[in-house]
Amino acid sequence: MNLTLHIWRQPGPAARGRMVRYEAHDISPDMSFLEMLDVVNERLMETGEAPVAFDHDCREGICGSCSLMINGVAHGPNRGTATCQLHMRSFADGDEIHIEPWRARAFPVVKDLVVDRSALDRIISAGGYVSAPTGSAPDGNAVLIPKDAVDTAMDAAQCIGCGACVAACPNGAASLFTSAKIAHLGLLPQGQPERGQRARRMVERMDIEGFGGCTLHGECQEACPKLISIDTITRMNRDFLRAAVAPVSAAVAESD
Amino acid sequence: MELKSKVPDGPIEAKWDKHKFEMKLVSPANKRRYTVIVVGSGLAGGAAAATMSELGYNVKCFCFQDSPRRAHSIAAQGGINAAKNYRNDGDSVYRLFYDTVKGGDFRSREANVHRLAQVSVQIIDQCVAQGVPFAREYGGLLANRSFGGAQVSRTFYARGQTGQQLLLGAYQALEKEVARGGVTMYPRTEMLDLVVIDGRARGIVVRNMVTGRIESHAADAVVLGTGGYGNVFYLSTNAKGSNCTAIWRAHKRGAAFANPCYTQIHPTCIPVSGEYQSKLTLMSESLRNDGRVWVPKRAGDHRPPDLIPDGERDYYLERRYPSFGNLAPRDIASRAAKAVCDEGRGVGPGGLGVYLDFADAIKRLGAGTIRERYGNLFEMYQRITDENPYQVPMRIYPAVHYTMGGLWVDYNLMTTIPGLHVIGEANFSDHGANRLGASALMQGLADGYFVIPLTIGDYLASARPAPIDVSHAEFSRVEAEVAERTRRLLDIRGKRTVDSFHRELGQLMWDKCGMARNATGLKEALGRIPELREEFWRNVNVPGSDAELNQALEKAGRVADFLELGQLICLDALHREESCGGHFREEHQTEDGEARRDDVNFAYVAAWEYTGDLGAPRLNREPLEFEYVHLAQRSYK
Repeated sequence: MNLTLHIWRQPGPAARGRMVRYEAHDISPDMSFLEMLDVVNERLMETGEAPVAFDHDCREGICGSCSLMINGVAHGPNRGTATCQLHMRSFADGDEIHIEPWRARAFPVVKDLVVDRSALDRIISAGGYVSAPTGSAPDGNAVLIPKDAVDTAMDAAQCIGCGACVAACPNGAASLFTSAKIAHLGLLPQGQPERGQRARRMVERMDIEGFGGCTLHGECQEACPKLISIDTITRMNRDFLRAAVAPVSAAVAESD
Repeated sequence: MELKSKVPDGPIEAKWDKHKFEMKLVSPANKRRYTVIVVGSGLAGGAAAATMSELGYNVKCFCFQDSPRRAHSIAAQGGINAAKNYRNDGDSVYRLFYDTVKGGDFRSREANVHRLAQVSVQIIDQCVAQGVPFAREYGGLLANRSFGGAQVSRTFYARGQTGQQLLLGAYQALEKEVARGGVTMYPRTEMLDLVVIDGRARGIVVRNMVTGRIESHAADAVVLGTGGYGNVFYLSTNAKGSNCTAIWRAHKRGAAFANPCYTQIHPTCIPVSGEYQSKLTLMSESLRNDGRVWVPKRAGDHRPPDLIPDGERDYYLERRYPSFGNLAPRDIASRAAKAVCDEGRGVGPGGLGVYLDFADAIKRLGAGTIRERYGNLFEMYQRITDENPYQVPMRIYPAVHYTMGGLWVDYNLMTTIPGLHVIGEANFSDHGANRLGASALMQGLADGYFVIPLTIGDYLASARPAPIDVSHAEFSRVEAEVAERTRRLLDIRGKRTVDSFHRELGQLMWDKCGMARNATGLKEALGRIPELREEFWRNVNVPGSDAELNQALEKAGRVADFLELGQLICLDALHREESCGGHFREEHQTEDGEARRDDVNFAYVAAWEYTGDLGAPRLNREPLEFEYVHLAQRSYK
């Protein structure tokens, strides 16, 4: 296949960026999208040009490093598929492809297609955990957890933290990311004691980090490579409201 | 160099408890006076950093990824072993210990393996308490599946994303400690050297990968949890960024490197599809619970699989290993696949593949059950190959997956450099010459949650390292060395890209030091690697500068280290005149093609010492004694 690429180039965080056109010839349809970029980079380096910087690591759709707005769609055209799992057979010979970084106020560009997503770590740090210091745990079977509760928790826990939900959201909100963690832990008995406090702190942190407000647009669940549902946002809102109106001690004692 | 394993005496069941009592403790008030550096934030590093912070130490944790949650442990699919015996199928700590020593082909240290089996039980409890959503039965109890090399069901799992869920548990514990102030996290920061002062590890030199700044960090102890070196083969199931730089730099500063030739080739990966291939994707071993492995009986039979009748198929694992069948251990299953492909019976493009067929399981259990068990793996397979494994058999082929070798550590997980500890895949300790499935997660978390947080206290309380900071002259000296190396890489401005060198090295390693090795091939590789390295330092092209995010520069530093480590791997493989586990020397096999160990001459850990000359490292031997699991030829027939 022969493709025309328009790729966002930005030398550094403070520099101005722009779209640059590249011709990509002899691309195999069996290549992954990132392998196609590897080939483009190898050719750029052979001609003495700077390669395009982009984040990637496992290339198995699980580490969440890869990103990319592909023709304006986070992770490209295939539903439930991270960029590293997208293959060139999803494109046609002669296509023009626009490749940009995640665009959100809370994700400043570091270089080219690389953005800073550390705000997501700080949301987790605000409360996205169960406080269970090593060594203090009871037997794993001491608490029975219904299969459907664990399965629903797992649906939310699959989040890979890539930030596609933020990039896809017209408001640049991180609701799906945050609610996935709140739902995962809030659906399990282990997560109950800190449930209210968790929701309150994580939601507050989203605002501090500069993510936009959620208007339940739904673009996030379409972009999510793990197809996490916006039902989790409903759970988050409910937990947050409860924690906000109830005194802390009552919020701690609540159950579903 | 003296290798003191420091294994406690006494019966094996009591060693760890006895040792825990005998180790010196650091009082809670004194813990906060100590700083510990942890490099790597995967299962081992993340768990260690979180737990040591909970205990009260000041922890600095470093990772090259943009977030600690992205460490490659995240990609582990199938599960984690633990001797819970919830299935009442005869499992026990002793059986897990026994299976692991045998599975490792009698090349691991018994005491370490027994401790691993003991703490496996606590790991599951810990992870459940953190909210890891392990699969459950309808009654609400934890579910299990089977894995290779064992006849009991002891593997706990969270769909096909067990590594992800365990890592997120450790990551969340880590972030909890970051919020509390016990851990300072340094993402996008790569360790480029170790600083040794007065014979003790006292810090590291790192590069900030965003600004390019070279910085020093001082500490009272250093812990490396930086993973394996499978990417020396270029194509592997490792993440693209996985590298050997931290352990290799530590090796060059005095840490012995143990059993580098023990590399694991995983039997079930998606075959290579073209020259542009950048990595290989694993299909979890758990698939072998329900998938049947076969090739046509006749060489050159290119009919589509559905047109080959059952009688003309060779279910070679079931035929050769009737008691373990499709769940034969990884080294054995990989070699068997290579053997049938060498006979011209391989399937798919290039004949480098075998079928993993679910037709019988779908008939028996229904497509719904199979989807529930392996749905995400089937989808991943289809995305990559464009074939639907519910309808046609998967094509699989072995690929480099894990490295059992690593830095030599004693029972306390300390290297030959006092104060430098190594955990997880980066050390050599528990898997011998072959790792069993679902044991990597177990070892990473055992080391991180339950071993290093205790043994580090013993080191600190015994050594009482004097206060130190980065103003010490040794830090500036090492910083200057690191900066000089970076400058050299950028100044070459040659003609070949970093990847082209990496690919060539990887192909050479795969051809000469892969699934089967022989003296002639290894000698060829040993001749070629120094030439390739020489060309690299003369002709590599690293564009850009050192004062920016420069991914080509990052890769160049890592490949330069792989070009040195590759030579040590081949030297180790050449010296080990026997076949054991993942190390198969063609000269040493039985008549039916099984590995032939030589326990008289090679029942030892080969710990290589850097001498300044890459071609002539010094070999130190730690003899291995088997008091409990008696040496026997491994049989899975």
